[in-house]
Amino acid sequence: MMDAGRHPRIELMTLSEVEEVNGYIGNFKVKVRKKARYVDEKECTACGDCADVCPVTYPDEYQVGLGTRKAVYIPFAQAVPSSYVINPENCLGSNPIACGKCAERCEKKCIDFDIQDEIVELEVGAIIVATGMDTYDPTEMDEYGYTRFQNVVTSLEFERLICAGGPTEGHFVRPGDMNRPKRIGFVQCVGSRMENRGNPYCSNICCMNTIKDSLLLKEHYPDTEIFVFYIDLRAFGKGFEDLLKRSREAGVNYIRGLPGSVMEDPETENLIVDVENTTAGRLEQYNLDMLVLSVGLEPRGDGDPLRQALNLSKTSDGFLLEAHPKLRPVDASTPGVFLAGCVESPKDVKDSVTQASAAVARASHILTSDKLTVEAITATIDKEKCTACGACAKVCPYGAIRWEKKTPAEVIEAMCAGCGTCAAECKFDAINIKHFSDEALMAQTESAVAENASERIVAFACNWCSYAGGDGAGTSRLQYPPNARIIRTMCSGRVDERFVLRAFELGAPIVLVSGCHFADCHYIDANRATQRRVDKLWDKLEKLGIRPERLQLEWISAAEGQKFATVMREIEKMRQRVTAEEIEHTIKVLKEDRGKQESKRKAKAKV
Amino acid sequence: MSEDGLRIGVFVCDCGLNIANTVDTEAVRQYAEGLPDVVASVGNRYTCADPGQEEIKRYIRENDLNRVVVASCSPRLHEPTFRHCVEEAGLNKYLFEMANIREHCSWVHSEDHAGATQKAKDTVRMAVDRARHLKPQIEAEVPVTDAALVIGGGVAGIQAALDLADTGHHVYLVEKEPSIGGIMAQLDKTFPTMDCSI
Repeated sequence: MMDAGRHPRIELMTLSEVEEVNGYIGNFKVKVRKKARYVDEKECTACGDCADVCPVTYPDEYQVGLGTRKAVYIPFAQAVPSSYVINPENCLGSNPIACGKCAERCEKKCIDFDIQDEIVELEVGAIIVATGMDTYDPTEMDEYGYTRFQNVVTSLEFERLICAGGPTEGHFVRPGDMNRPKRIGFVQCVGSRMENRGNPYCSNICCMNTIKDSLLLKEHYPDTEIFVFYIDLRAFGKGFEDLLKRSREAGVNYIRGLPGSVMEDPETENLIVDVENTTAGRLEQYNLDMLVLSVGLEPRGDGDPLRQALNLSKTSDGFLLEAHPKLRPVDASTPGVFLAGCVESPKDVKDSVTQASAAVARASHILTSDKLTVEAITATIDKEKCTACGACAKVCPYGAIRWEKKTPAEVIEAMCAGCGTCAAECKFDAINIKHFSDEALMAQTESAVAENASERIVAFACNWCSYAGGDGAGTSRLQYPPNARIIRTMCSGRVDERFVLRAFELGAPIVLVSGCHFADCHYIDANRATQRRVDKLWDKLEKLGIRPERLQLEWISAAEGQKFATVMREIEKMRQRVTAEEIEHTIKVLKEDRGKQESKRKAKAKV
Repeated sequence: MSEDGLRIGVFVCDCGLNIANTVDTEAVRQYAEGLPDVVASVGNRYTCADPGQEEIKRYIRENDLNRVVVASCSPRLHEPTFRHCVEEAGLNKYLFEMANIREHCSWVHSEDHAGATQKAKDTVRMAVDRARHLKPQIEAEVPVTDAALVIGGGVAGIQAALDLADTGHHVYLVEKEPSIGGIMAQLDKTFPTMDCSI
């Protein structure tokens, strides 16, 4: 921690949050809000005089509410930067100054109520996301009595109670009567491996954390009796089994079975714990001085704005999705962004450090390059065909199309990300996308239904989410019927209505357009254009007497292999319901319609 | 409108048994051989392995291929591998196309061999039809800003910032709270070393 604060190449920005991220790999532009600290962190000597005179007392977040702090405070003794901070919500008021005692008292005059939030713009080539996790709040598991009984604490509260820097300076006591507990129980898997409440996954660290806690207790107070209630003990890492063995040898009792109920003896404030010991095959009751809930880890509740700013996806458990679970475990789904620590999945300190170093190796690979190449999938405009209508500029999520009335539109290549939504929007065939050209995609569409069209489903899938979801279905070996023929586009916004209509005209019973969920679109909000286009197509199909249901729209994320397989099964059922007569009718009306549209377009283009 | 003089090579991968267990890859290879403009259709046990890549390069040189289609896994996995491979043989990497007959085919239709084989053939045909319209592309180059942003000052963020800075890069370490340290700083001791966390 101290090294990070002192390193000449590390610019530490605390009380700061990323608000906006623009740009791309190698060239990100980031807006950071640096919140007002009201204390000059360079001048503050952390003498604490200010806090001495501060009249406001609040629960201390660092001590998880087990201690108190003032409105002006230092988060903890070893904080970096070593500086006090004023919490403006706790302070009696700084504008106008209602109290001001701290500022008066500070000899170095480093308290300044006029400091404002600052927006700092950074330019960086790579981003590492290491925003961590939350611990599970066991309130909803009322059977353990966390909110009802004072002597039931979480494992994080336990850390503070046994820590020399904690509210009791390491004298381990129970909160109820401040006496040292001699019989202590630990309940494992609180909020983990549960289907109906909490989280279904194993939180990875809790078994080892309890084993460590049991050893700490035995070290400090050898006469403590310890009972650990568990489902399975997972001590799978290097040196872990040794610790478990040491704990058992120190006399810690491991009981396979989670408590069914916890009651409090009103007189002693002791906890009466009923548990089925599944090894012994009997019901047991324990009278304990204190119960520690070994709470699991979960994704940060406040993580979504940053995730969306960076265009990242999450897995079904809510942690951030890696580019590949085995081969690219620290790359995020957005190029140039990497993951480290618990934001990716619950992990211990060693794994967090390992992953951080791995992320650095990946980021360094970019930062040490002189130049990066940009994939040649950008848009080009045919000035001859462009009618200067401006529709493309309106849908471009990046503002990469320059357009003024009466002059042909122009693409700013460095800003174009290649989603292709402009090309799909252009009614005059004037925009093409490199490598995902109209010709190439149309050829694939036609090819998809070239044989036995009536048995086929033409499925458009975006590269980042739905196609990746399809890959996920494959990796998980989720089985579905083999009728769909998949066409990959970079974004669902690339799917031109002409591709869809052509598929129907050639006899496709069902067409699927699939992309990212709205907030997950890799091209900001290009999939909104997809939705609009499909809405319009549904209207058109209905007018032509074609059942709109034959065009399906689905949002499937890269993590939703299961959903991809389900969608495939569902649309195959739909396909079977489409009759030969229906298809014949569709072919006929669409041929006529295409004739009409083409003559109209030619006439309009001439004007 | 496809150009004249197309010479397409198709390489069908068994992926050991990952594909070949479900898809009749030899039937797919033969089918591809009969497609217009396809001048070579080759089966490989592992196309991504060195011998497979060498074969692609050899065919490009000896058969004057100007489009390459590999029917194997997802382009999200190996498109960069094969693009690099064709580039080494002197072909513009945008003249390469992939047919996903593993993640989107053999792995998800393992109970329907005939259906999976049919889908693999169609997928290869679609890739060949697309390949006809591919054009060589030149990639734009952009400069790189040699600075990194680390978001979060817990144990992972601190380690990342230190490693980056020690490697010589400028680092912005952004932390929401008034101090770095994160949850780790709240822990008394950490396993397996049982030492202090700060």
